Amino acid sequence: MGKTLFDKIWDAHVVSKQAGYPDALFIDRHYIHEVTSPQAFDGLKKRGIGVFNTSRTTATADHNVPTKDQHLPIKEALSRHQVETLRKNCKEFGVELYDLGHPFQGIVHIIGPELGFTQPGMTIVCGDSHTSTHGAFGTIAFGIGTSEVEQVLATQCILQHKPKRMRIEINGALGKGVVAKDIILYIISKISASGATGYFVEYAGSTIESLSMEARMTICNMSIEMGARGGMIAPDETTFKYIKGRKFAPQGEAFDRAVVQWEQLKSDEDAEFDKVLAFDAADIAPMITYGTNPGMGIRVTDRIPTPEELKDISEKPSFIKSLDYMGLEPGSQLLGKNIDYVFIGSCTNARIEDLRMVASIVEGKKKADGVEVWIVPGSKQVEDQARKEGLDKIFEAAGFELRSPGCSACLGMNEDKIPAGKYCVSTSNRNFEGRQGPKSRTFLASPLSAAAAAITGKVTDVREWI
Amino acid sequence: MSKEKFSTLKSTAVPLPNENVDTDQIIPARFLKATTREGFGENLFRDWRFDSNNQPVSNFILNDPSFTGKILVAGKNFGCGSSREHAAWAIYDYGFRVVVSSFFADIFKNNALNNSLLPVVVSDAYLKSLLEAIQKNPSLEVVVDLENQSIEFGGNKESFEINPYKKSCLINGYDDIDYLLSLNEEIKEFDKQHA
Ligand code: SF4
Repeated sequence: MGKTLFDKIWDAHVVSKQAGYPDALFIDRHYIHEVTSPQAFDGLKKRGIGVFNTSRTTATADHNVPTKDQHLPIKEALSRHQVETLRKNCKEFGVELYDLGHPFQGIVHIIGPELGFTQPGMTIVCGDSHTSTHGAFGTIAFGIGTSEVEQVLATQCILQHKPKRMRIEINGALGKGVVAKDIILYIISKISASGATGYFVEYAGSTIESLSMEARMTICNMSIEMGARGGMIAPDETTFKYIKGRKFAPQGEAFDRAVVQWEQLKSDEDAEFDKVLAFDAADIAPMITYGTNPGMGIRVTDRIPTPEELKDISEKPSFIKSLDYMGLEPGSQLLGKNIDYVFIGSCTNARIEDLRMVASIVEGKKKADGVEVWIVPGSKQVEDQARKEGLDKIFEAAGFELRSPGCSACLGMNEDKIPAGKYCVSTSNRNFEGRQGPKSRTFLASPLSAAAAAITGKVTDVREWI
Repeated sequence: MSKEKFSTLKSTAVPLPNENVDTDQIIPARFLKATTREGFGENLFRDWRFDSNNQPVSNFILNDPSFTGKILVAGKNFGCGSSREHAAWAIYDYGFRVVVSSFFADIFKNNALNNSLLPVVVSDAYLKSLLEAIQKNPSLEVVVDLENQSIEFGGNKESFEINPYKKSCLINGYDDIDYLLSLNEEIKEFDKQHA
């Protein structure tokens, strides 16, 4: 019987297999940031040990950083302390840090691929659940907790049980105005926020193959929102082209040799998956969420369901609580609903392609009165590129604010918070209660849909704007 | 490094029947700025426990003095969302030693196990009757026996699964790094070959 891509990579990284123990899995690349690393470094200090291999570790400051006046010291004392602690730890342990002001700084899952660190066939971890993003390159990449960050720093290994394998196939051409974010929101709405728990997902099919690397990253990024440990896509020409010439990727002949290896990275024809799902691209429309988990999504033209329409009746109390939090009526239409904020950013949708999408909708237009629009690029490089292409001018003319890179209102750890009770159309990945600020209300959508909402000030079907 | 050892726990329990409780609810992001592991219990379920004026929300279960104990009994898909280990620290720091649910999110489960917090997975039916029994009788005692992998209340017993390695770590107070450090030579060799 053949092997899945997941099995191939996993098996090639098992350092030790002992009966009764989880596998000791070697980690090729470890990304760290200021929020989930301080206690791990403390653990190393207590044990009196160093970082196993500093050249496999990359650090950046992203979760807590301001997106305005980044050159000034961070105002908020606790945030400043956390970033300073990262700085101290990286220096003491010899880890490369892309700090505020560095041309490579940015959201950890944006800079890894952008710098060429993320390469096919690797195992990658980070103390952040959206590490699944890197799976777009045909890697096993997953989020871990701080105790595990400490494990990887100390030993470059992690003890893990092999998850089950799921294959999700999407075939066919996408409709007008439908992009990667809609694909993944659609899948999650179909299988629920826990539908892939215990699994590692491989995405495949003609629709996936036709996508750019940026779009593939958006899809893999949100694998965790259906409970999956991670998501991956077999590397192909699109992948190799993206990697070629990037700063930390193999160069010249070494690159050609690497490609020969990478071309082997695919599931065998007869590989068996524990579960297989298939979707038709033609069924996908621009999507939007109405509730407080990413599985609560609808086509933008659909009605919000009623409790009676739920498949699983046990979910009724949570459903009612959720709509109550959102201030929405069951069975009502979301289309046309007034909104207050638009957030374009996060590791899901803050790459250059996302900013270009936004610009394509808003060029020559103005944002609606009373709507505040924040565009937070995923990295310094994305920001620089956007300025080079003149996107900043388009945004400015539309009344949007182009800020400096960081996680920002994706999780509201810095000062970028959506006020209580306000509605935000957001290109991020989580609509949990209070995620974007205490009592904030989030509608997750694609960059195209978010841009259209910024112009009309309402939940909008972007297809009318294309 | 040694951690608290776990064997058998007999305690009253706190019912939290909500489903899909995500780690942003367990500990909101704005409280993740600490650089130590302690003190997170204070902000456990912060936005459900306190209103915007920092007043306790009277109908939230943790503010109800009749429900106390070291066991949290929660609805399915507990701990989904962000990988923040701070969620497990907050639950532990608040005083819980066991979380019972019919379904846990993967990362949360690992994080709990790495912090001497035992996640006990029970059947949907058992969870339902346990929640009802506690709600009816807040002084009901629940017994969680890790050695025998069983949970029991009022004569109603169910066994639960736990990975044998993790079980021995909890019982002996070991952690994964102790084990991985013993593989140091093998790992070094692997690292060299995959440079
Ligand atoms: S952008 Fe949001 S989801 Fe991505 S790493 Fe930052 S906080 Fe996490």
